[in-house]
Amino acid sequence: MRITVDTERCIGSGMCVLTAGEVFDQGQDDGKTVVLQPEPPPETWGSVREAVDLCPAAAIVLSTDRRSPG
Amino acid sequence: MGESPHAVTTMPTARRPGCPFDPPAELVEARRHGPISRYTFPGNRPGWLITGYDLVRSVLADSRFSSRKELMLHPTIDYGDIQIPPAPPGEFLLMDEPQHSRYRKPLMGKFTVRRMRLLTDRVEQITAEHLDAMAKAGPPTDLVTAFARPIPAIMICELLGVPYEDRGSFQEQVDSFMNGETSDEDLIAAYTATQDYLAGLVASKRANPTDDVLSDLTDSELTDEELKGIALILLAAGLDTTANMLALGTFALLRNPEQLAALRADPALADRAVEELLRYLSVAKTFMRTALEDVELGGQTIRAGSRVILSYHTANRDPERFTEPDVLDLSRQEGGHLAFGHGIHQCLGQQLARVEMRVAFPALVNRFPTLRLAVPPEEVALRPETADIYGVKSLPVTWDA
Ligand code: SF4
Repeated sequence: MRITVDTERCIGSGMCVLTAGEVFDQGQDDGKTVVLQPEPPPETWGSVREAVDLCPAAAIVLSTDRRSPG
Repeated sequence: MGESPHAVTTMPTARRPGCPFDPPAELVEARRHGPISRYTFPGNRPGWLITGYDLVRSVLADSRFSSRKELMLHPTIDYGDIQIPPAPPGEFLLMDEPQHSRYRKPLMGKFTVRRMRLLTDRVEQITAEHLDAMAKAGPPTDLVTAFARPIPAIMICELLGVPYEDRGSFQEQVDSFMNGETSDEDLIAAYTATQDYLAGLVASKRANPTDDVLSDLTDSELTDEELKGIALILLAAGLDTTANMLALGTFALLRNPEQLAALRADPALADRAVEELLRYLSVAKTFMRTALEDVELGGQTIRAGSRVILSYHTANRDPERFTEPDVLDLSRQEGGHLAFGHGIHQCLGQQLARVEMRVAFPALVNRFPTLRLAVPPEEVALRPETADIYGVKSLPVTWDA
């Protein structure tokens, strides 16, 4: 699983940080999402998917690659 | 679907007697017929009412629906041909892109999860002070004035930089245009007084910046007029919403003693409890959007220019989204409520509200183990449905001193 974000869309709601704090943070100055782990470990995938679903701006995109199916 | 949908004829509608936490019966009935109903605005203007979770959420995320103030209609008042002016500078809640972002962007870094969590100690301190004062004065008390209002008021005023000595009068002004019961004349007076006050505040921050959000913003390209508008919505939103969540939430906990006991027994429940109370109560009940083009929605064609009322409260009680939605279950695992909205306008101050509630609720119920209503529940004075934010006017409580 690989995470990409569209920081143009991000509205700094912090839902991603709240949901998967080990994977996302917010920029100190602009509040926009910062991906701490672009290829998050499998044990976080559940909460990462939830963060994608909760993001009010649909700014987080997941892609899969051969190494980490899912 | 596709053929004639259910029609709702009155809005807003009263809650059923004895059910202060449940959505008005007509809206629940409407949702039973499907997530989208027809609604005719005063002046015979056709519109729509959306009561189902999925559709409300999708409209909130859809840029074909506008939030612009000049496109809104009052759900119950016919203003005839009067043209509603666009939102004043800074009031970005009632604007679309790109204006909305221009105002929201400079604020985003100030309300992050991390920054708001840093305020936990201060919230704990303020909460403890108010609980001490309650204990000292002894029972009974009105929980709204003793607890629910002052905590968010102090927090948002400190954050924005409203001087301590101005807080009382300012709070009253804001309350009078939020309570849904002020006469037009008094409303205009309160609004003007608030505008004047904020103009003075912005000017003084520009002259003598202090350590607060408003002072920080004087460093941006925003004009004084714009800062005034921003300050107004932040203060109004920060004061009224959380205050009503705290008071109505306490009322709900007192009416669900086993849930209250669970919260007392397990401090780790606090985060979930806050989310569940937000879902269950949805104090910001409805919002409106206007279609900018023809949109297909739930089997209906929403014509360009049609107004759509979004019912957050029924959406958050939608049985297709939540199991036993009318049950207050503080341990509920299902997330994704719409109490803070969704899409680009989702509440900017939500992380502050969360910190306040996750501190205040457990502190209150643990400090007063025998806390109970001082009047029969039917006698608790509720805000009228005309108030944008729902809640109680006062909450008389007592305890064994
Ligand atoms: S949830 Fe979405 S909008 Fe909110 S901070 Fe994260 S990426 Fe940005």
